Amino acid sequence: MSFVYFIFIPMLAAFLIPFLYKKVSGIHTGWFVLLVPVVLFILYTTFLPKVQNGESFSSSFDWIPSLDISFISYIDGLSLLFSLLITGIGALVVLYSIFYLDKTREQLHNFYVYLMLFMTAMLGVVQSDHLISLYFFWELTSISSFLLIGYWYKRDRSRFGALKSMMITVFGGLMMLGGFVLLSIMGDTYSIRELIAQAPELANHKWFVWSLVLVLLGAFTKSAQFPFYIWLPDAMEAPTPVSAYLHSATMVKAGLYLVARFTPIFAISEWWIWLVTGIGLLTLFWGSFFALKQTDLKGILAFSTVSQLGLIMSLLGAGAISFHTGIDDNSIFKYAAFAAIFHLVNHATFKGSLFMIAGIVDHETGTRDIRKLGGLMSLMPISFTIALIGSFSMAGLPPFNGFLSKEMFLTGMLSIPEFDFFAFDTWGILLPIIAWIASVFTFVYSFYFVFRTFTGKHKPDLLPKKAHEAPMGMLISPAILGFLVVAIFFIPNVIGDTLIKPAVLAIQPYLYSSTEEIDIHISAWHGFKLELWMTIGIIVVGLLLYWTLSKWQPLYEKFPQRFSLNYLYDRLMDLSETGTNRLSSKYMTGYMRSYLIYMFTGIVILTISTIFIKNAFDISFATLAPIRFYELIIALVLVAGTITILAAKSRLTSIIALGAVGYSVALFFVIFKAPDLALTQLVIETVSVALFLLAFYHLPKLNRHENRMKFRLGNALVAFGVGVMVTIVALSAHSQKLVPSISAFYEETVYSEAGGGNIVNVILVDYRGFDTLFEIAVLSIASLGIIGMIRLRLTKKKEVNRIENK
Amino acid sequence: MKTNDVILQTTTKVVFFIIILFSIHIFFAGHYAPGGGFVGGLLTSSGIILLLLAFDLKTVSNMLPINYTVMTAIGLLISLGTAAASIVFNVPFFTHAFDYFMLPLLGKQSLHSAALFDLGVYLVVVGVTMTIIQSIGEDE
Repeated sequence: MSFVYFIFIPMLAAFLIPFLYKKVSGIHTGWFVLLVPVVLFILYTTFLPKVQNGESFSSSFDWIPSLDISFISYIDGLSLLFSLLITGIGALVVLYSIFYLDKTREQLHNFYVYLMLFMTAMLGVVQSDHLISLYFFWELTSISSFLLIGYWYKRDRSRFGALKSMMITVFGGLMMLGGFVLLSIMGDTYSIRELIAQAPELANHKWFVWSLVLVLLGAFTKSAQFPFYIWLPDAMEAPTPVSAYLHSATMVKAGLYLVARFTPIFAISEWWIWLVTGIGLLTLFWGSFFALKQTDLKGILAFSTVSQLGLIMSLLGAGAISFHTGIDDNSIFKYAAFAAIFHLVNHATFKGSLFMIAGIVDHETGTRDIRKLGGLMSLMPISFTIALIGSFSMAGLPPFNGFLSKEMFLTGMLSIPEFDFFAFDTWGILLPIIAWIASVFTFVYSFYFVFRTFTGKHKPDLLPKKAHEAPMGMLISPAILGFLVVAIFFIPNVIGDTLIKPAVLAIQPYLYSSTEEIDIHISAWHGFKLELWMTIGIIVVGLLLYWTLSKWQPLYEKFPQRFSLNYLYDRLMDLSETGTNRLSSKYMTGYMRSYLIYMFTGIVILTISTIFIKNAFDISFATLAPIRFYELIIALVLVAGTITILAAKSRLTSIIALGAVGYSVALFFVIFKAPDLALTQLVIETVSVALFLLAFYHLPKLNRHENRMKFRLGNALVAFGVGVMVTIVALSAHSQKLVPSISAFYEETVYSEAGGGNIVNVILVDYRGFDTLFEIAVLSIASLGIIGMIRLRLTKKKEVNRIENK
Repeated sequence: MKTNDVILQTTTKVVFFIIILFSIHIFFAGHYAPGGGFVGGLLTSSGIILLLLAFDLKTVSNMLPINYTVMTAIGLLISLGTAAASIVFNVPFFTHAFDYFMLPLLGKQSLHSAALFDLGVYLVVVGVTMTIIQSIGEDE
């Protein structure tokens, strides 16, 4: 079964969407779109039983065989888990969007086309086994995310956020491409599986650390890790279904996927462990700390997403430690990867539902500002229940799935100082402390999010709309996710055995050879261990901080704007824009003569210096034919004409003299038996003289500028240089024949191969047809440019006249 | 450019057709004798320029109601299409094909995909030249 084509189903569906939107305007387009993720979800579920036993599948088709580039879809535990997330959450989000986006007011076809494009891209990222096609899909997710964030493109903030996310993620993507190229050179293959197979040899290569850092840059920018997270809060300008889908459940997890996928290659390096764990924890703390500064519901969720992504990232880093400790060790590291994937699934469920609730609140009250909200509990009881479930899970409270993975996370961090490699036994003690503090803040912002919105005093006069419960259809998706949050707590091992263990097998192939060997059993109760006391501590301190929140929240405002990363980004963008503008305006003067001088000077310097460096300067008059009398006369006419052009006081004289020069060149072509050139030259001369005469009316009078001595001296130098260069090249080329002339080849093949008799024309249309094709393309572009310059100016003039006439 | 030159106008009416016929001849001759799409196109446009010199822009655009921008686009598409068509026959991009046929009246002639490509070049050259001249000529 060629399941590689499944990836492209959403993209093919995207072609139908505009027609469905236009032709079937009675039905919301979303209902048709919903079929795609649902069908794909079912298709991918059929892989589940076999993948669960540790099997993997691969299917491919060639894309650019000459460059060894192909699409390879590789389905193992990890990519199947992600594919199910993408299609499963995708289906719920499309269902939600049907009620969120009004079919009469919104540009639905744009929205769903972008969304389907994203789905293809994301499936491609997680299934590609080929580095180049992985990169291709990776950038496609950036582009579709750009389009979706800028969906309401008339808003300034949307465009700003879209550009910011694009800038940062594409920067990371390019870095990652560099890492991929290094990897493919080191391993002499583009296949990730083959790279993993030769991981030990790669580690000794001198570029190993470079490729590691570059790949991590790609992962960190995509997964919004510190200091690149700044694009994610601004990406919240996207419609809420997009935020729930791309910016919490799937796209931002592409970086986590990448780290997980490359763990078998890079885990051997201490750089990898320190960077992934360290940056992950820093992001976890940073995100949770600044979440409390936000007043926008989606802003809080954005920072919380940043922080949770950091948590998963740090777990993946800790999971890489198991590469060094091995399977026999009883320490927790071998469970860390399991915990990472488990939390990834949990996060997708609770954060997805929370985003949808934030969207519902926005939709039904008209604002997302937490300062205006409050007391919605009695008005929106169902939304409140779902939000409560999601928030408590995020805070790590039982009986919700977040509690389980949070416990595993704490266990993992606590055992890090036990690890006695790479200075972890000394500095490692910091990690559990940071983890604990971050968890406290996570607890506080979870409470902040749900209780400030739904309890307290209702302020109806501040709300743009009268608040009421959302329609049932809108509540289905978050309710399903909320149900999963609770269900996973009670049956964690079902999820663990079917989804997570196969994924762990893909991340840690060096530990396990089959899923049965993974001896992990999730249980809610471990006894009174340190982890439990830490959780109790989190709850106590968290509640304390939440109650005193209004006292210390203003402290955030004291944080100076000048030191924030956003300020840095704005300055950087500003600097690059004005800087390049200033740089280019230094030499782009707007005068044609300046540009001609640049070009001619450049050509002269390059050519003459090449001739001297290569010692190609060689003149011999031995092989030349004698100069005939009429050739001399034509040459004299040529010179006289040229001097007339320069000396003439009126332009008309110059134009006519230029024509004379052109016709004498044509005569030369006739004498030297080049009828094609002569013909072309004659016609060109005629047309260009006519053109000059036309343009002549519009040219300004010869001005003083051209009479200044300095101006003329510079021009004379350039002109002299060009003349010398052309003469040297012509003479040297004639005097030395290093390679046999190509004309013999043309003479032989022109009739037999190309079926023609006129070599010049056959060169134009056949031998060097590419040149001609591009030349006519350039000609067409030039004519469009002239239309733009002249006709657009005309309309402007008319407009000015019209205004004056009024 | 308001002209009222009877001699020029009368001559032009005859010469124009000679130029156009010659340009068509040159275009078809191209593969075996001097000529080709580029020169042919330039000759055609020089014929139209002659019309422009004898009459004014408005009269000429009444005589030849051609949208030269569209002409350029069609030419470019023909050339690109000819080049790309080879992909369909599973040969590399830009592979030309030719063969000899017995045609009524004309006898044995070669038919060549390069001529189609050259037709594109011809159209682009006429289109571009006339676009430029028309735009500048109309601009007062």
